[in-house]
Amino acid sequence: MRIGIPRETHEGEKRVATTPEVADKLQKLGFTVAIESGAGAASDYDDEAYKAVGVEIVNDTKTLYDTSDIVLKVRAPDLGRGEVDLLREGGNLISFIWPGQNPELLDKLAAKKASVLAMDMVPRISRAQKLDALSSMANIAGYRAVIEAAHQFGRFFTGQITAAGKVPPAKVFIIGVGVAGLAAIGAANGLGAIVRASDTRPEVKDQVKSLGAEFVDVDYKEEGTGVGGYAKVMSEGYQKAQREMYAKQAKEVDIIITTALIPGKPAPRLITAEMVESMKPGSVIVDLAAEQGGNCELTVPNQVVVRHGVTIIGYTDLPSRLPRQASNLYSTNLLRMLEELCKTKDGIIDINMEDEVIRGATVIKEGSITYPPPPPKLSAAPAKPAVAAVPAEPKKEGFKLPPVVSNGLLIALAAFAAYGIGIGAPTAFMEHLTVFVLACFVGYMVIWNVTPALHTPLMSVTNAISSIIAIGALIQISSPGKMLTALAALALVLTSVNMFGGFWVTQRMLRMFRK
Amino acid sequence: MSVGLVTISYIIATILFIKSLGGLSNPESSRQGNYFGIAGMTIAILATVFGPQVSGIGSLLTIVICMAVGGSVGIYAAVKVKMTEMPELVALMHSLVGLAAVLVGYATFIDTNTGFVGAEKTIHEVEIFVGVLIGAVTFSGSLIAFGKLAGKISGKPLLLPARHFLNLALLIGSIVLGKWFLNVEDVQIGLIPLLLMTVLALLFGIHMVMAIGGADMPVVVSMLNSYSGWAAAATGFMLSNDLLIVTGALVGSSGAILSYIMCRAMNRHFLSVIAGGFGTDGGTPAAAGSAEPQGEVQPISAQDTAELLKESHHVIIVPGYGMAVAQAQHTVYEITKFLRDQGIEVRFGIHPVAGRMPGHMNVLLAEAKVPYDIVLEMDEINEDFPETDVVMVIGANDIVNPAAQDDPNSPIAGMPVLEVWKAKTSIVMKRSMASGYAGVDNPLFYKDNNRMLFGDAKKMLDEVLVSLKG
Repeated sequence: MRIGIPRETHEGEKRVATTPEVADKLQKLGFTVAIESGAGAASDYDDEAYKAVGVEIVNDTKTLYDTSDIVLKVRAPDLGRGEVDLLREGGNLISFIWPGQNPELLDKLAAKKASVLAMDMVPRISRAQKLDALSSMANIAGYRAVIEAAHQFGRFFTGQITAAGKVPPAKVFIIGVGVAGLAAIGAANGLGAIVRASDTRPEVKDQVKSLGAEFVDVDYKEEGTGVGGYAKVMSEGYQKAQREMYAKQAKEVDIIITTALIPGKPAPRLITAEMVESMKPGSVIVDLAAEQGGNCELTVPNQVVVRHGVTIIGYTDLPSRLPRQASNLYSTNLLRMLEELCKTKDGIIDINMEDEVIRGATVIKEGSITYPPPPPKLSAAPAKPAVAAVPAEPKKEGFKLPPVVSNGLLIALAAFAAYGIGIGAPTAFMEHLTVFVLACFVGYMVIWNVTPALHTPLMSVTNAISSIIAIGALIQISSPGKMLTALAALALVLTSVNMFGGFWVTQRMLRMFRK
Repeated sequence: MSVGLVTISYIIATILFIKSLGGLSNPESSRQGNYFGIAGMTIAILATVFGPQVSGIGSLLTIVICMAVGGSVGIYAAVKVKMTEMPELVALMHSLVGLAAVLVGYATFIDTNTGFVGAEKTIHEVEIFVGVLIGAVTFSGSLIAFGKLAGKISGKPLLLPARHFLNLALLIGSIVLGKWFLNVEDVQIGLIPLLLMTVLALLFGIHMVMAIGGADMPVVVSMLNSYSGWAAAATGFMLSNDLLIVTGALVGSSGAILSYIMCRAMNRHFLSVIAGGFGTDGGTPAAAGSAEPQGEVQPISAQDTAELLKESHHVIIVPGYGMAVAQAQHTVYEITKFLRDQGIEVRFGIHPVAGRMPGHMNVLLAEAKVPYDIVLEMDEINEDFPETDVVMVIGANDIVNPAAQDDPNSPIAGMPVLEVWKAKTSIVMKRSMASGYAGVDNPLFYKDNNRMLFGDAKKMLDEVLVSLKG
């Protein structure tokens, strides 16, 4: 089948759906690849680079659409620019679609009898991570958010003590620790800022800490994990406690980066105008949810505005601001998607609706709308393992004494044994017993000090030492009777093997341990 | 030499033995510790030879010949043994101590010159009986352990039906024989129950170790180590020799503590290891796969592994029994050396039960000249995995299985493991996708940040090294 990559028409969109490297791999899967002239220019891939790997360059958009069986795009087709009309009857389209927000687009595409796979609908299960374009774009957005903030922020991120005075480190507060939030934590931390983060899902706490940031808890008990690893809408009581925490943080920090999104819902309003007002002059807010309405009341999508002395960045094209990187990652995600679709590697795609990943991503199959997909079977990060379906067979346990009773019995038994020995045994034996018990305790104390690295030498040296049993043989060797002497002599030979061999091999091992 | 002098010598020898074990607390003092042990042994032997209980030039000659023969065999073995074969050698040596204890026990019994009467005689006979019993169990058990470790006997646990009852029957049989043994006055007739009991004890030792699987060997080897100590202590009781008692007790408690440490490292109860098999709570090991890991494994080539290593800052290597089998420790060291020269931090994470005996991996790495200060214990290194770029798991499986923490239904649930999956990338070197000893599938292999490097560990590591240097 023939894959076509048109130039992105959305204003300011610099990404391209396929890089030359991926185009090469697509051809190895059996596809032929064509690209609209200049499609990769904004990502610094010129037509020559595509030509070099055998991609056909098409000058005319319409010809490209007409000749392509599969169209790969970044942005959803733009109704205003008639991109849907260009698509061939019964063709295939793989791109971001946002079906929830664009029902009209969905209808138009269905009317075209097309099959459409939405990269934003790939289920977030571990197997599908390699084709999770949302994650790879969010990663870039998170990184870029910090860079944009640093650009607007009038100070260093890292603290310094210079001859000209002390520079305090910037404090960055990140709301929403998804992929973007984590990337932002990493980038801000890398620049030397003090980073704090909060999220309604408690399980991300460890991830936050592992990146060297501080996790700010909301002083309220409620679990915020929804289906598929996303957050859910929280209760009123929780939201109140959350607002108080945000208000407190707003006064303290210099930069706020918000990434809070709930799927299929407008972005939650977390930063109020009062909070913005309470921030220090020169502070920066980066609102990654600007496209979905913004986490901050004062955000203006696609613009940088200054309110109450605080710069509020509402860019919605952050991934596109790192076009080459974004194109690389996105086109790799597309490649993985095509690999899933074309398992036979013969250049023919098969939209297998039995496959959980493909089923989730497919929003239109041959003209019929299949959105929304059935709910995902598994949460990406199950909060708690559900009760095991089949409880393990109850163990066949006999009657068991409670620990107090069994311990008591044990002590009683020991006492009884001690009494029995004490009353019956001769003095000579008691002396030996004393020595024996004391030696056991000395051994106990000494052995716990042995470093685990030397456990093997410990075994070989104790083995050598246990050949002290040779003494027993020596004592008997002079006893009368050939039989006795023979037994003793044999025992002596055996223990000598141990004695010499054990010490020798221990020495050999210990010599090897060096710094 | 007078009795007093002999006793003083014994006391000095005892102190030297204790110091010898104490010296092993760190590698610096350990060599000195071994010399203490040798000195103690020399003093003890000399004191006994020149003491009042050994007489006549004939005896002296016998002693010298016996020790020369035995000693040269021992030294020959010690020089020849490969470090990967240490567990076998140690097991074999335990069996010798066990056999010696049996022989000395018999000799003591035949020796009628003791002149004990009444309670003393009974106690003396109990001591002989118990000494021979422990010695025989140690002997046959160690031989089987040796066979299993050397691959001469299958490592699979041999689970006879009603094996617990069999063990119980053997125990009761021994007690009955013991009673008979105590009631017999005549030495000739007394030998019969003693011999019968020896046979039972030998069978018990064989059966006990046969029922224990390959990966439980660290417990078995340390347990037999302990038994050889108790055998020496029992011999001490029958000969009324305090030096033997003290030394035996030292060795016995050493082995017991090692067994305990090994059991704790596997989150298993000592009794359930000894009782044999895996998951003795009924059910076959593989049946417990309640949470089948899903997804696909991602293979990686040796070249890509080399690239990954080159680009990282912190590397941790987790060796397992597979490294010992493939004799790959020297290549591991070459790679370590190369990476360290590039300024990359390389460390080793050792699980307590990695390999077939306690400390097995440490010895192999030491043999390959890996400095011991970069070889760390599980508890020391587990926190560092999140900051690690690449973890190389070489021939290990169960000790890096996340199911031990995540899946409460897993047969190895609760066992402490090295948390390699927390690193940015983990590379598992394995010959195939076969599951580990515990028969548990390893979800680590299916994780997104894990790559599989299939092939013989030595061969693949050689390729990695070539790519690194190329």
